[in-house]
Amino acid sequence: MLNKNVKEIIEKSKSLGWILEPDAKAIMKFQGFEIPDYILTHSIKDADTFFKKSNSPVVAKAVSKKILHKTEHQAVVTGIASSNRLNSEMERLKKLDGCENILVEQMVQGLEVIIGAKNDFQFGPVIVFGIGGTSVEIYNDTAIRMAPLKSSDVHSMIDSLKAKDLITGYRGGQGVNMERLTHLLVNFSNLIMELENEVESVDLNPVICTKDQCIIADARIILQRP
Amino acid sequence: MNLKSLFRPSTMAVVGVSTSQDSHPANVIYNKNHLRYPVKTFPVNPKGGSLNREKLYSSVEDIPEDIDMAVIAVRAQFVPKVVEACIKKGVGGAVIISGGFSESGNLQLQQQVVDIAKEADFPFVGPNCLGIYAPDYVDTFFLPGERMIHPDKGNIGFVSQSGGVLVDQMVKFAGQGIGISLAVSIGNKAHIRETDMLTWFEQDIETKVIAFYIEGFERREGREFIKKAEQCSKPVVVFKAGKSKKGIEAVSSHTASLAGDYRVFSEIMKQHCVAEADNEYELTSFCEALSCFPGGINNGNVGIISLSGGHGVVAADAGELYGLSIPQIEKQTMDTIKEKLSPGIKDIVSLVNPLDLTGSSVDSDIVATARHLARDKNIDCIMALLIPYSPGVSADIGAKLSQVARNEGKPMIAYVPNEDKYKIIIEGFELNNIPVASSVEGAVLMAKALKRCRPC
Repeated sequence: MLNKNVKEIIEKSKSLGWILEPDAKAIMKFQGFEIPDYILTHSIKDADTFFKKSNSPVVAKAVSKKILHKTEHQAVVTGIASSNRLNSEMERLKKLDGCENILVEQMVQGLEVIIGAKNDFQFGPVIVFGIGGTSVEIYNDTAIRMAPLKSSDVHSMIDSLKAKDLITGYRGGQGVNMERLTHLLVNFSNLIMELENEVESVDLNPVICTKDQCIIADARIILQRP
Repeated sequence: MNLKSLFRPSTMAVVGVSTSQDSHPANVIYNKNHLRYPVKTFPVNPKGGSLNREKLYSSVEDIPEDIDMAVIAVRAQFVPKVVEACIKKGVGGAVIISGGFSESGNLQLQQQVVDIAKEADFPFVGPNCLGIYAPDYVDTFFLPGERMIHPDKGNIGFVSQSGGVLVDQMVKFAGQGIGISLAVSIGNKAHIRETDMLTWFEQDIETKVIAFYIEGFERREGREFIKKAEQCSKPVVVFKAGKSKKGIEAVSSHTASLAGDYRVFSEIMKQHCVAEADNEYELTSFCEALSCFPGGINNGNVGIISLSGGHGVVAADAGELYGLSIPQIEKQTMDTIKEKLSPGIKDIVSLVNPLDLTGSSVDSDIVATARHLARDKNIDCIMALLIPYSPGVSADIGAKLSQVARNEGKPMIAYVPNEDKYKIIIEGFELNNIPVASSVEGAVLMAKALKRCRPC
């Protein structure tokens, strides 16, 4: 059953047609998926306190109803490792078109994958999984399956990728936590089945996978047109 | 939906025959069935009178016998009326040949026909189609019999959205000696659609492999189709047209741009163990191979026997391209084979997979090699690349190797050049249920079809 809060987020986003990143991530968190520690703020002081407490580089992103694709608008800054840089980038982000808030979050490192969903005209909800990041359309190393997924579907998706060795472990690398990844994909596909009448497409990109966890670093949910 | 009277009719009315034009589609259909098929055929035209000295009925309702199926070839605007008359008469179903419906923008007229038919539980194929070719039963294609190339009666059920592709595929099937249980051109598929055909073929004992030429599905129809195909106990093969990306309107997410219509189709077919053929040649190879070995093979580990090193290498290259593996065989297998070979070739053969028995080998060498290769646990399919011009190969080699495959219980695929001269070898295989490709690549495609993923 869908969480009441999830329904509320969808309702309030309908007029915009898509769900803002903090809200989209909140939906993922309600499902029990992992997202990075974050703070949503205007205040440079609060952001700086968050940065100092997190003891690692952070990412800052503009939250704007006018910016659907953040990279194209230079609305994402990764690897912020000093208070000065955080300060200046926040000042810049605030001036971007329609910026309501700044999302500052812990920067996680690992293999970037994309987990996506699309409500296909002929087949209904389908899940996309593959190598993620901003160049995803260039490499297009992805697999597609009809939702809901079984865990055997997850294995065959990984197996069909050119970059499967990056996921399973390569040159002594440990690979990603398969149990977490399978759990995330299967449960994400179940969520998409429940949201079938609301959602047009979803990008969880990147999802950062390590040997311990799979963290959704960015989420975009496009709603169906009424 | 009961489709039996449609696909296995004993009586048929052809509505819309012309009294003045012999080449009218309805006349072609009437003539060929009346003269050459067991189905009892009645011509219908509102004018009444006679046609070629036979009584011409002015309405379906005037025919004095029960009618299983009606072919409707009247102008589009008269179709609803004819369908109503058929329903009144108690006809079991119809093939609506007539064009002039959704394909030319007349959606409303088509919907009217569908509504009338559904209300009365009256199944029909079409409109805008060639209809049904059921060897030994009925043929509603409006193509003169002497112009068509008919595949024999066999075990492939074929459904096509396009009549032209269907007829063309029949030529290819006939050329490869592949027989058909039933071929249906579903045209605008206003009523009977792919999923209904899947249901029919699943229970039809004459059909072993079900093949589709698909252009596209309606909203969510693909999901229904694939669920049915996954549960189907028979292999399903699809050939998809319309693969090119049409101008995608402003794509709002990465996922939407990555998951284009065709990629989604293709990946979902794979996910559900439906074999997708990339072109009409693959479709032909897939159908032939799967009709002989509907259970497929588990891992795609092919053992190749050739009489010339070159053929083996060409097959191994194509195998790698199509995702097959040509594994090492056991040392013990090699030793046993070597022991059985004629003394003259023992020292010149290569027993590493792909095996090269050389042009000096004779039947007994090939048979012994096939037998022991089939017993190797690393191999789940044998590919026999036979060059019949080799002097030691006899006309019986096809029948002999088929026997080996049957005794050992392993699928075998043969390559023999498709020449009249070698017909006896080809038939030695095919009559014993071993598929024969006419090229090395064709043989590899057959192995690819058998390797289609299997339900977990």
